[in-house]
Amino acid sequence: MSGPALVELQGLSKRFVKSLDLAGKLASKLGSSIREETVYALDGVDMTVAKGEVVGLVGESGCGKSTLGRIVAGILKPSDGRILYDGRDVSSLTPAEAKAVALKVQMIFQDPFASLNPRMRVRDIVGEAPLVHGLVSRGEFESYLDDVLARCGLDASYKRRFPHQFSGGQRQRIGIARALAVKPDFIVCDEAVAALDVSIQAQILNLFIKLREDLGLTYLFISHDLGVVEHISDRVYIMYLGRIVETASTEDMFAAPNHPYTRALLREVPRLETRHSDFLPIEGEIPSPLDPPRGCHFHPRCPHAMQRCREEAPRLREVAAGRLSACHLNDGI
Amino acid sequence: MTALADHGADHGAEQGVGQADSPLRRFLADFFESRVATVAFAALLGIVFIALFAPWISPTNPYDLATVDILDNRLPPGSEGFTGMTFWLGTDGAGRDILSAIFYGLRTSLSVGVMSGLIAMVMGSSIGLVAAYFGGRTDTLIMRIVDVQLSFPAILVALVLLALLGKGVDKIIVALVAVQWAYYARTVRASALVERRKEYVEAATCLALDHRRILFRHVLPNCLPPLIVVVTVQTAHAISLEATLSFLGIGLPVTEPSLGLLIANGFEYMLSQKYWISIFPGVALLITIVTINLVGDQLRDVLNPRLQR
Ligand SMILES: Nc1ncnc2c1ncn2[C@@H]1O[C@H](COP(=O)(O)OP(=O)(O)OP(=O)(O)O)[C@@H](O)[C@H]1O
Ligand code: SF4
Ligand SMILES: [Mg+2]
Repeated sequence: MSGPALVELQGLSKRFVKSLDLAGKLASKLGSSIREETVYALDGVDMTVAKGEVVGLVGESGCGKSTLGRIVAGILKPSDGRILYDGRDVSSLTPAEAKAVALKVQMIFQDPFASLNPRMRVRDIVGEAPLVHGLVSRGEFESYLDDVLARCGLDASYKRRFPHQFSGGQRQRIGIARALAVKPDFIVCDEAVAALDVSIQAQILNLFIKLREDLGLTYLFISHDLGVVEHISDRVYIMYLGRIVETASTEDMFAAPNHPYTRALLREVPRLETRHSDFLPIEGEIPSPLDPPRGCHFHPRCPHAMQRCREEAPRLREVAAGRLSACHLNDGI
Repeated sequence: MTALADHGADHGAEQGVGQADSPLRRFLADFFESRVATVAFAALLGIVFIALFAPWISPTNPYDLATVDILDNRLPPGSEGFTGMTFWLGTDGAGRDILSAIFYGLRTSLSVGVMSGLIAMVMGSSIGLVAAYFGGRTDTLIMRIVDVQLSFPAILVALVLLALLGKGVDKIIVALVAVQWAYYARTVRASALVERRKEYVEAATCLALDHRRILFRHVLPNCLPPLIVVVTVQTAHAISLEATLSFLGIGLPVTEPSLGLLIANGFEYMLSQKYWISIFPGVALLITIVTINLVGDQLRDVLNPRLQR
């Protein structure tokens, strides 16, 4: 970790409760097994992202990565926990300050089709927010828009077009331009290249790297592609079933993973051509977030599981300088 | 690979995708592909034109007592009247020109149908949007009311309301809005529920745009295709419902006769072979409703989001 923290998450939790409708309530009163379902998408997540850093977030499908990204981007509200932006709790801000912070944190989405409004022209998709929020005057609007588009490798003549007239790669550039147009400091990329062709992925990744250099951006980079994460991140968080299980600098993590889950994830990743290597399937099924296992969430699949692991959830603690891991094995036997 | 060099490749691939064809242009091309729809649309334009300009294009003013001669009553189609003018569709019991009466009747029927359709649409869609966007209790409450409303036959609700309110153009519009808003609410809610989960809505939230803007500028335009279809179908429905109510004598007052009232007025003469007094307004009503429905069907086909994209 380098400079001061730009974004800090403290004990962030998110539960999705699927409440029963009237018929369901009645059925459960009458003794049916239908119950309210609670998905524990995030469970006490701590995370720190320093200014200018690229932090990768890795984990299997459904472990809560997108939920975390959405909460950081202000799209979802956490059930518990605090989000500090530049050291200040975002829930304690005045409405005006909150709006300013909201604009400073933007998100790039996975689906280049669903993430652009099909009935708006590029000009409005990218230009609406800066105009509405008064970030740019009407007089300077056109040239401002051209600048933002050019930065993302888009031609100014595209302004009048609709999203359906572009390919996936270009749509993703439009999504990036939309985020950049409100002058953010922090960008959450949720599987931002996963839906693209392999050749286009490289272009978009290069664009991210270039924008970071030019504008001093900070990224939270969510991906299930270990190659991509290793390529772009300074530091990596590993997530399992709503909890962070390990964090370390990218180098350390890939050189010597500590947590059994991380080790399983990185096992036999081809070291030379790590690019586009998805996880190898880990033995055993991912437990349901509806009913996560007690103790260490990983114990049903962990080759080192002990009695203690079934009862007590391991805490995330420092195992070396700048490295945290949540495993009882580290308690020195 | 540098960031700049590969843009070219990316662009080149999509130049062919489309030359700035707007969705509107695509839509128009698709719509007029069908000959039936084109004819129906032209007929509908004609009907709307007649309704709008009835006072200027009718041969006579059937409700100006000075020009209507009781001696011309019940003349068959094509007869020449007392003053020497030809009544192409005959006259009614009071000596009024049926053709003119139809023109004026269309004006009344269409304006009542369109007015109630528009009001119901604005009300219903706003309610449906709010239900979908905010979800939870708001949604449950609104949709319960919609369900209850839709479970009663429209004619029954309208009858009860008119019995309470009395006659008049405004009263019948209120009654028609009351039976129709729920259709709009249900349609818009269904498509808004799909739309609000899409990432472009999350992106708009992330850009700190306010709820109203997101609802009306982002979500609503994407709910338009099914809404437009419902507008046409429901307008046709409103016109026929109004005709039914007027036929039953509880709709519009006799001073503003719609097609339904004209049909009712001529009904008593049906058995005495004077078919034209009732039949011609009936045909006009039929043509109006069929053309609107044909246009609506084609809209449904063209705008179907599952067939598109
Ligand atoms: N709006 C929601 N309502 C109910 N449950 C939800 C909602 N959003 C996410 N979940 C659940 O929360 C859990 C975490 O979902 P999330 O989308 O964050 O996972 P993810 O790590 O991004 O997965 P993927 O790699 O598949 O994108 C999942 O079990 C999911 O079903
Ligand atoms: S705490 Fe126990 S079960 Fe969990 S990873 Fe460590 S050894 Fe495995
Ligand atoms: Mg996800």
